Amino acid sequence: MNRYALWQYLIIAVSLLLGLLYTLPNFYGESPAVQISPLRVSVSTDTALMQRVEDAIKQANLETTGVYLEEGSVKVRFVDTDTQIKAKDLLETALGNDYIIALNLLPNSPQWLTSLGALPMYLGLDLRGGVHFMLAVDMEGALDKSLDRYSADIRGTLREKKITYAGLEKQAKKLIIKFRDAETRGQAEAELKNSFTDLGFSYEDAGNRYHLVAAIKPDAQLRMQDATVIQNITTLRNRVNELGVAEPIIQKAGSDRVIVQLPGVQDTAKAKEILGRTATLEVRMVDDEQDLDSAIRGRVPFGTELYEERGGIPILVKKQVLLTGERITDAQPGFDKDNQPAVHISLDNNGSRIFKQLTRDNVGRRMAILLIEKNHTEVVTAPVIREEIGGGRVQISGRMTSMEARDVALLLRAGALAAPMDIIEERTVGPSLGADNIARGFNSTLYGFLAVAIFIAVYYTAFGVISVLALGLNLLLLVGLLSIMQATLTLPGMAALALTVGMAIDANVLINERIRDELRGGLSPQLAIHAGYERAFGTILDSNITTLIAGIALFAFGSGPVKGFAVVLCLGILTSVFTAIFVSRGMVNLMYGGKRKLDYVPIGKIWIPDNQANQKTIAPDVNSNDKAKAADSADVSEKPDAGQAPVTSSESNQVGDAVVQSGEKPAAKTKSKRKSAEGNKPSRS
Amino acid sequence: MELFRFNRDIPFMSWRKTGAVISITTFILSVFFISTKGLNLGVDFTGGTVLEVGYTQTADLPRIRSVLAELEMPDASVQNFGTSRDVLIRLPIRAELSSAQLSETVLAALKQADSTVEMRRVEFVGPQVGQELLENGALALLFVSLGIVAYLAMRFEWKFGVAGIIANLHDVVIIVGFFAFFQWEFSLTVLAAVLAILGYSVNESVVIFDRIRENFRKQRKSNLVQVIDNAITLTMSRTIITHGSTQMVVIAMLLFGGEVLYYFALALTIGILFGIYSSIMVGSSILVLLGVKREDLLKPEKKPLENDGAVV
Repeated sequence: MNRYALWQYLIIAVSLLLGLLYTLPNFYGESPAVQISPLRVSVSTDTALMQRVEDAIKQANLETTGVYLEEGSVKVRFVDTDTQIKAKDLLETALGNDYIIALNLLPNSPQWLTSLGALPMYLGLDLRGGVHFMLAVDMEGALDKSLDRYSADIRGTLREKKITYAGLEKQAKKLIIKFRDAETRGQAEAELKNSFTDLGFSYEDAGNRYHLVAAIKPDAQLRMQDATVIQNITTLRNRVNELGVAEPIIQKAGSDRVIVQLPGVQDTAKAKEILGRTATLEVRMVDDEQDLDSAIRGRVPFGTELYEERGGIPILVKKQVLLTGERITDAQPGFDKDNQPAVHISLDNNGSRIFKQLTRDNVGRRMAILLIEKNHTEVVTAPVIREEIGGGRVQISGRMTSMEARDVALLLRAGALAAPMDIIEERTVGPSLGADNIARGFNSTLYGFLAVAIFIAVYYTAFGVISVLALGLNLLLLVGLLSIMQATLTLPGMAALALTVGMAIDANVLINERIRDELRGGLSPQLAIHAGYERAFGTILDSNITTLIAGIALFAFGSGPVKGFAVVLCLGILTSVFTAIFVSRGMVNLMYGGKRKLDYVPIGKIWIPDNQANQKTIAPDVNSNDKAKAADSADVSEKPDAGQAPVTSSESNQVGDAVVQSGEKPAAKTKSKRKSAEGNKPSRS
Repeated sequence: MELFRFNRDIPFMSWRKTGAVISITTFILSVFFISTKGLNLGVDFTGGTVLEVGYTQTADLPRIRSVLAELEMPDASVQNFGTSRDVLIRLPIRAELSSAQLSETVLAALKQADSTVEMRRVEFVGPQVGQELLENGALALLFVSLGIVAYLAMRFEWKFGVAGIIANLHDVVIIVGFFAFFQWEFSLTVLAAVLAILGYSVNESVVIFDRIRENFRKQRKSNLVQVIDNAITLTMSRTIITHGSTQMVVIAMLLFGGEVLYYFALALTIGILFGIYSSIMVGSSILVLLGVKREDLLKPEKKPLENDGAVV
């Protein structure tokens, strides 16, 4: 009855082992480190870079505790933060601008744990310090901007096709093109429908004016919105790299929002400045006729500027701006007709016209595309113009890898944010508060657990100790599970951890109380344990499901820290059902299940009410088999009249009920009446 | 050791009227305070900026106030937070100043006045975000309530669902009432606590309801009031021990959790205390009021526990 099969014990052992294994990394702590990763995907991280880093550090006599090459970046571990900061400064000068050099914390867990995938939980910003921003993309602004572009393009198309129109007006979210007669309007509509598939057209007649109304189609609007947010994210990612943050999180939230989390960043002013910065893209001509060498020596010719191409080759660029980034509608990496990596750029109507002229006049020369951000200019690419390019489709190819093509396309698109963004939420936590918060969460859980453990162990003796062990395992499994999932632990998450301790014990209390109840009812120890677990099961399930409902709602509707709370709460419910029912039962079975004659359940002294024999709690509808068993091994030691109790119970209960039906105050009166009733059962029922 | 020794069933249901008076009074008082005093909503819901700064010595609050007044922010609230060295500054939303700059300006000014100041935390919530969080909070509350009613109705019967949710919403209103009366700050974490309590204290009702159902099966001749009294008496010990354990953890949180968890723990405390009361007195009283019958629960199952082998 109270036995588990081997596989059941095995499940417990395996879960215990896994819990232990995956919880372990959390106890090793973290050590300061510097992380070096390339700024662009095209720059590779290899052992050569690692060697350079090692050499630089060795030369400066800085002590490291390890240099690793991991996931495309080199990580150097240090003993203390002082050396870490020194090393960062050192590496910044030694490696130059092609790398992001960021301060980071690396888990100290031993290699064998890491290779098993056992990593510590990721600490949320409120625990490790850092900045959280939520930015809203100004969609109205983006739509407005694209309407402006469309209106210019429509004018151009109509002019090109020699369709006369009386005027073009931009109203809220739509363009109104006016015509003198319906015929030209029809002609224009057919023409525009062909060229602008993203626009929807409709007629609107006002007096003798024939209006054609153009509006961006809803699905095109959605596509645009998505593209805008994604482009903004790309741009933000580029800029965040500049901040030197080890593990930035930049993600889309909802339809028009972006969340940026920068762990460890304290200088919020700088972070905000960089995130909000606008960049511009410029197309200028390269001046190859002037003397480059003298320019490098400091004599830059009049009307030109000296920049470095990617890869460090100096280049002289004319100051005159021919085309700006606003004219670029898209840039994608791809391949040219010879299957070489290329970047495809699309220009709007106006841009195509300028570009056509520009290329016609400069065949054989080089043009440069520059990305200008506040105080920093970069030559994205400087291709040679081979022929006149019309139609607004530009392809840049030759001498680049597909990685580079991707980089260039990304930079071109990032040239300007697609739409302005506002910071609508900011949460910054200083490092000292983060450390305090960890201590607070940890202490709450620890002392809460200890208080509950002591109380339960005293109250339920051996069964209490089993409950406490199950509770401890619950905590272990929960932390292990959170570590496996690499969930982000926040302060509310730690509160949920503590709360789980307080709530998970409920299942064990239910079981233990049930067992006591059954013993009180006169069941033999083994039967009582069995019945206690069986009966408590349904109740435990019911009560946990209701909490789970609350947890799921919190997860669905909560934001940020509340979500963390909900995750821990929900997982805690799952692990607690497992440990309280399955694992504690396993321990009980292991200790007591094998004993043939268990004459005492160590669950604390059980108090039996005086009128126990007659109490209604003893069920009337017992099946006779159990009754006999129960009578055989009844817990006589604690209850003087237990021997006959189960036998008489069914009838005496009916008697009791009969009395109750006639009397008004059942509890008070039945006691004496029942006692008398026992003597003459048949007559009263 | 056994703390709870009941020789006979406690006649809880005969105190129904007293319970009703207590419940209705506290409920009305709560609603009254919520509607007249209103909630001291945290920055999460109202929008605005909160700055927590730390000093190495006792913070000079009047000085900080004068610094803020110079910045033309007289409506800022300045108070100690936790210790005398920590200060919490609340700034309402200002349309003309970009929110992101606001905290920078204040921090710079404070640094100028006293260079030992250390930024501990900055929270800025835009007005539209605050509105959304409030709406989401209300939605979560609705979802949890409906979910619980549906679950209880499915598992027991609709009357149990109604009784359970009224008992627990009664708790929620009283918790919120406390926050209104004392003007404690009602933040996002407090809302999380309230929702957790909603889920948690329904447990209480579920355990009692479970016993009521079981008693209906066993005690074929007892009437409703007896069945309920007996069920509550039998689960009493579990109720007190479980809630006691949870409360111990919550006390640990009150003592060690710091300011952020303080109100969270406080909401839990009120919730736990009223949870005990309401599941005993409110939920069961409503069952009596709704007139639950044995047939409501037992019609589909004939004799479910027959083959259990563990019945006494």
